[in-house]
This record gives sequence, C-alpha cells and structure tokens, in this order.
Amino acid sequence: MRFVEEFRDAELGRALAAEIRSLVQDGRTYKLMEVCGGHTHSIYRYGIDGLLPDGVELVHGPGCPVCVLPMGRVDDGIALAHEPNVIFTCFGDMLRIPGSHGSLLDAKARGADVRMVYSPLDALAIARRNPEREVVFFAIGFETTAPSTALTLMRAKAERIANFSCMCNHVTIVPPLRALLDSPALEIDGFIGPGHVSTVVGARPFRFVPEDYGKPLVISGFEPLDVLQSIHMLLTQLADGRREVENQYARVVPWEGNPRALAVIAEVFALRPHFEWRGLGFISQSGLALSDAYAELDAERRFSIPGIRVADPKACQCGEVLKGAIKPWECKVFGTSCTPERPIGTCMVSPEGACAAYYSYGRHAGQREATRENALTGAGEAYP
Amino acid sequence: MSGATRQERIGEIVQRTRARPARFRDEHITMAHGAGGKASQSLIEGLLLPALRNDALAALGDAGTIAVDGVRLALSTDSFVVTPIRFPGGSIGELAVNGTVNDLAVSGARPLALTLSLVLEEGLPADELRAEIDAIALAAAAAGVQVIAGDTKVVERGHADRMYACTTGVGVLDPRAELSTSALCPGDRILVSGAVGEHGMAIMLARDEFALEADIRSDTRSLWPAVDALLDAAGADVHCMRDATRGGVASALNELARASGVAALVREREVPVAPAVAGACELLGIDPLYVANEGKLVAFVAPARARAALDALRAVAGCEQAADVGEVLAEPPGMVLVDTAFGGRRVMDLLAGDPLPRIC
Amino acid sequence: MCLAIPGRVVEVVDDADQLAKVDVAGVRRTVNLALLDADPHALIGSWVLIHVGFALSQIDEREALATLQLLQEMGEDYEQQLRELRESAVE
Repeated sequence: MRFVEEFRDAELGRALAAEIRSLVQDGRTYKLMEVCGGHTHSIYRYGIDGLLPDGVELVHGPGCPVCVLPMGRVDDGIALAHEPNVIFTCFGDMLRIPGSHGSLLDAKARGADVRMVYSPLDALAIARRNPEREVVFFAIGFETTAPSTALTLMRAKAERIANFSCMCNHVTIVPPLRALLDSPALEIDGFIGPGHVSTVVGARPFRFVPEDYGKPLVISGFEPLDVLQSIHMLLTQLADGRREVENQYARVVPWEGNPRALAVIAEVFALRPHFEWRGLGFISQSGLALSDAYAELDAERRFSIPGIRVADPKACQCGEVLKGAIKPWECKVFGTSCTPERPIGTCMVSPEGACAAYYSYGRHAGQREATRENALTGAGEAYP
Repeated sequence: MSGATRQERIGEIVQRTRARPARFRDEHITMAHGAGGKASQSLIEGLLLPALRNDALAALGDAGTIAVDGVRLALSTDSFVVTPIRFPGGSIGELAVNGTVNDLAVSGARPLALTLSLVLEEGLPADELRAEIDAIALAAAAAGVQVIAGDTKVVERGHADRMYACTTGVGVLDPRAELSTSALCPGDRILVSGAVGEHGMAIMLARDEFALEADIRSDTRSLWPAVDALLDAAGADVHCMRDATRGGVASALNELARASGVAALVREREVPVAPAVAGACELLGIDPLYVANEGKLVAFVAPARARAALDALRAVAGCEQAADVGEVLAEPPGMVLVDTAFGGRRVMDLLAGDPLPRIC
Repeated sequence: MCLAIPGRVVEVVDDADQLAKVDVAGVRRTVNLALLDADPHALIGSWVLIHVGFALSQIDEREALATLQLLQEMGEDYEQQLRELRESAVE
C-alpha cells in the first residue's frame, strides 16, 4: 500500500526514536497531548509509547467524536431508532456506545432496524431503495466528516428524497481545544495536531495555540513514523525555543485547507449556540446543526426526540480522561466495573477511546521494556 | 502510591478479572454473542458450561472426545447461518461440511461421517437448494467423509434467510495425536497454515454493505491433509491445534492462552496476509488477525520439531504460505502479545463484539 | 482523526455525480470526488485520501517523497552512528 507502508518502516522508526532520545534533556519531562482519537489508536496499536524515552509522556485528548457524545444524545438516537418505520443508519463505531438503557446494538436486539453504513451516501442509497420507510442517518464526526454529510444532504435535497433525514452531531475542533487550554490544571508542553480535520480546515485555525497559549502544535499523519516525526518536531521546537504550527502531514494537509469542503459545510450547517460535550460540559459554538435551508432534512425537526440531558454515571471519569487530566488506568472503574464488554463510558467503547486503546493494546506493564529492547536491537524484525 | 505502581496494580486486577470464568449477565442476545469474542465467551463459560457440566465440554476444544470400548471418538457440531449463501470461493453447503470436518481434524481425529440438518426458508428456489446439495456432496467427497443421516425442516418466508445448515461429525482420534487445549508449553512455536482473513473479508464484500470490490475468495477447505502432515512430521510434539474461524487467529490464540495459562507472542511481520485482504482491512479499519477463516489452522509445536512441521505443512496443497508466526511464553498468563511490524509491542485482546469497521 | 486512507483513482464512474473508482491495494470502491474541485478525468492515476466514501484531499507525491527523504537521512545518520559505535567498541 503506497503512502502507508513506507511510513511504517521499522528501521526508520528506530532511528527516529534514537533522535528523540537525544533531544530529551536529562531529568526533564515533556507532556505531549495527541488531540485526535486516531492518533491515540495508532500510538497504542504500534506500541509507540513504548519506543519513547521515559521523559516523554503522551496524554490523550478529546478528539474522538464518538467519545465526546453525551449519553442524552445517544438516547435520542436510540429513540429515533425505535420510531415506527424508521431505518436507523450510523457508522459502526456508534453501535456499542452506551446510552442510559443500553446501546444501539441492544436496541437492534430489541427490534429496532439499525444498520451500519460506511458512508452517508450508503444511507441515502438505502432511502432510495426503501421509499416506504423513513431512513435516518446519525451523523457524527469533526470537520473531517461534516463535508461528506453536507454533500449527501445536498444530494438528498437536489433529488427531493423525502424519506431521508439526518440527526446531526457534528462538532468542531477549535472550541474544545481552547477549552482544554483554558483549564488551569492542564500542563501540556505541546500538541500533536489532528491530521484529517486539518485537510478540511487547514493549519491556520490552530495558530491560536502557539500565539495565545505559547504551545507548539505539529499537524501529524497517522502512520507510526508520522507520529514519531511529529514528536521529534515538537521536542525540537521546545529545544529551540520556537512556538509555532508546523505541518508534518504536508503530503495530505494543505495549509489553507479545502475551500470546497468548507463551503459545503457553510451551506448545509449552522453553528449551534452551544453543544454539550461529554466531560467538558457545554461549549459555545462547538456543534453543528442543519441550517434553515436544510430544515426539512433535519431529523430533530421531523421527529420529536426526548432531548433529555443525562448526567454521566457517577462512577464514570471519561471527562477527566478526555481532558488528559487522568490516565485510563487512573480511572477508579477502569478494568473492573468498566471493561470493553461492559463499558460504563464512551472512552472504553469507541475503538479510538483512550481507555479502550489502553485496555486492548497497552495493558502489559512489561511492554515498555520489551519494546525498548526490540527498538535497540532490531529484534522483532527478521526472524530466523 | 506512585503512578507506576497503580498502573501495575490495575494491570494485575484486570488480569485476575479476565482469568475468572466469564459470567453471563446480558438481558438479550445480541449479534455480539455470535461473533466469537468476549460475548461469545461469556455465553459459553457463563451459561452453557455450568448448566451442562462435564469434563469433555470443559476442555472447550473444537471437538468433544469420548471413549467407547477403548476407542477414542471425537464429536463436533457446527451451524452455518452465513448470508449471502453463495459468495466468492464457496457457499453455505461447503462451509457446513468443511467446518465440522475441520473441528474434528484439529482435534486430532480423522473425520469419518457427518449428519446434515437443513432449515429451509419457504420460497427458496429449488435450483438454489440443488446447488447447495451438490456443493455438500462435492465437499464431502473431497474431505473423504460420508453424510450418513440428516433432517430437513421448512420455516415460513422471512425466517432462515434462505437456509441454515447444521452438521455434526464423528471421527476416530488418530494414535499420533496427543492434543489438548491445556498443553501449550512456553517455547512452543506458533504456526499458521496460510494467509489469514480471507473468508471474513470475502463475506463482508459479498454482503455489499460497504460496496467494495476485490478479488478475495473464501478459503474454505478441509484441514485434514494439513493435520495429517503435521502429525506425521511432529506427532506428539504438536501440542494443540485450532481452527481459526470466528474471531480469527487472534481469538483462537486468546482462547488457548487462557486454557493453558500461558502467553502467546505473535510477530506481526511474519503473519501472511494477501495484499487485497490487507487493503480491504485498512479501508474498513479492521485487523486481519480478527477476521474469520474457514480453511486455516493454528498449531503449537515443540521447538525441536517446529521446522520439520512447517516444512511438512508447506508441502500440502493450499498451505504453501504457512508460517511460523511466534511463540508461547510463560508470562503473562492468558494474554496474547504482538510485536508490531513497527517494533513496538502491544496486547491483542479478544474483541468485545463484532469487528465493526472503524470509521471515525 | 477519522479513518482515512490513500487510494489511486482508476476510472471515472459518473461524470455528473463526480464518482470514480478508487483502488487501495487491489480493493476498489466508488468514491465521490466532489470535494476536490477538479475534473474527475484529470484525477485518473493520482492518489487521493478517502474518508467515508469521499475524497478529502489529493496526495502530494512530492511532499510524501520529501518527508520520506528526511526520515531516510535521519535513518542513515543513525546507522552511521551505530556503525561507528560498533567499530569503536571493537578497537
């Protein structure tokens, strides 16, 4: 696979890891936050944290759009799924996210017609094929995914598809990042910036991070070499005394973003005055809703949904994990009452949630040593 | 208490919790219970085992063994509910034969005979049924077994998704075989008999949910020739074998590591995966190690005979890509670890449910 | 952030709807190119980033090579240092 495998080269990984080690000053610790759930997943899947020197700590951020969805919105989705005649469509990641009384998968077991789709266009196709049913698409994602939903809605409107609607849970990246930077407890030295959101919004919107808060941010790709190189670039900035936005993922991310994608978002969506984020509370201007021009395709207007705000279960500390305030294993219910099979919160269910990633991939204490050994000796490579 | 100590303690607590028999506490059956991951495990360990209580079942092998007048027999059963019933590389009939044949084979039993139970949907075209019966006959002949009894039921339109098939098979345990799910030894080499993830991806593509096109075919075939070759080359030094079906190689390794109280270490780079399967998995965000196979086994062989076993396996038609993908470790018990192609190490746990494609 | 993967545009499926077949290691899927603001035919043979059935961005091959080159140079420096280390140890 081109543009993928070259960035998984183990030898280059070892070299980069060595370079990173040489940048780390004795006794100094660095806390770097990867904002994006995709990076969290990558870090654990490739055992990258094990390749870093002890002084470099990775903190996981809230960039998992599934993880930050509050329980009340999941309940709303489930209510829609139970509406008579509805075919409820969503991405695979949504199916096991717990609401107050079970997940969408449980709703399916109880008789709701819940179907997983890979693309919003597939949901629209289901609507075309089933004219007598109401098809609802549960839209989630940051600005990465919003343009795809937008184009799908534009198509639905142009073709006058009457039996299709969308429940919109799209969120934007800058407000929660700002909210994080504003919280007093946070002590992050630098940010591994979201790679795919940036293909849409560009690098410009992140300038406030160095300019207003004095922290470096490097927009990063998702392959392990990308993540390591971004860490290297962050540490180099810190060593040089520079604070700026850099683009490690230049092969994919245009500095100015994607104007067409931004245009369709502007046409189809409007910013909600505020939106609730799991663990971060209400953040203004952080969520998207369908604009008035697309009101007739808005599932929240077509159907009546409970719209009840549900507090996270008392035991759940997802909010603190999402803010990077605590590590997954520091959550009081991690691994005991909260496991991937019986999750209490979203961080444990979403494949990109920090807790799920740590539980599934990272849980072995002896790993760091083993990984470091492999990294230094090249073992784990050619096996006789 | 320092951070590191808490992390280790939590790790230990999680380990202990996972080592306990799974409890079955769900209120409804969901699709996850059929996926071969943790939910399936809770159903088996938490509901079936306690109720049915016997040593043969408790071994949780692919087949159950029973001695009759000094002859050791193996019995196994499998239901097939795949949809669509025809897919690139095979059909439900073929799966029904090979599935049970393989469960017997990897338990060390030469498959002898099958029974066949069919549940047919009202309205199923006779031609489709005919095609499946032909497929069953062909597969049985290829596997060297006879279908000696059967049953047919018909249910109303809307049930049985065209047809469900269930086969039960009997075989005689081969004298060369000394296999057990609890016989994995630290140092054992882990062999897989070929490229992984083909069946599951073929079905995923055939279902058209994701509108992907690729030349991926199910790998359904009888594993007896592979088992025969392994037993010939390494006999009692083959400690265990498993048919890597639902949940893929990852699930098989997890189940056996758990049963034997050992760890399995996989070297990701050594695992054979066809490029198209790798590409489809990338697109959907699935790990090929979790994807179902229908013609692949994993075998645990004592290190002294592992090379000979691998060579013998590679000489079997269809197993040319067999590979040594890792080894058994003493610790941490019940865990599967992966040395990633990139050089890091991570855990490879049982999936909680279905390998749902990661989208966002 | 969300799962996106590079694929090569191999054939235009629908001009009006800007749909094309994109290939990832032999697996093909129809992808919507409307976000790319370019004529689908002009994109045949180029690499794009695919996300939920849409192309989000065109992959800049020069940048990809530049990034790899940088990494490879670092790799060579490292190998060089390792060699020097081993050689000095022998003496």
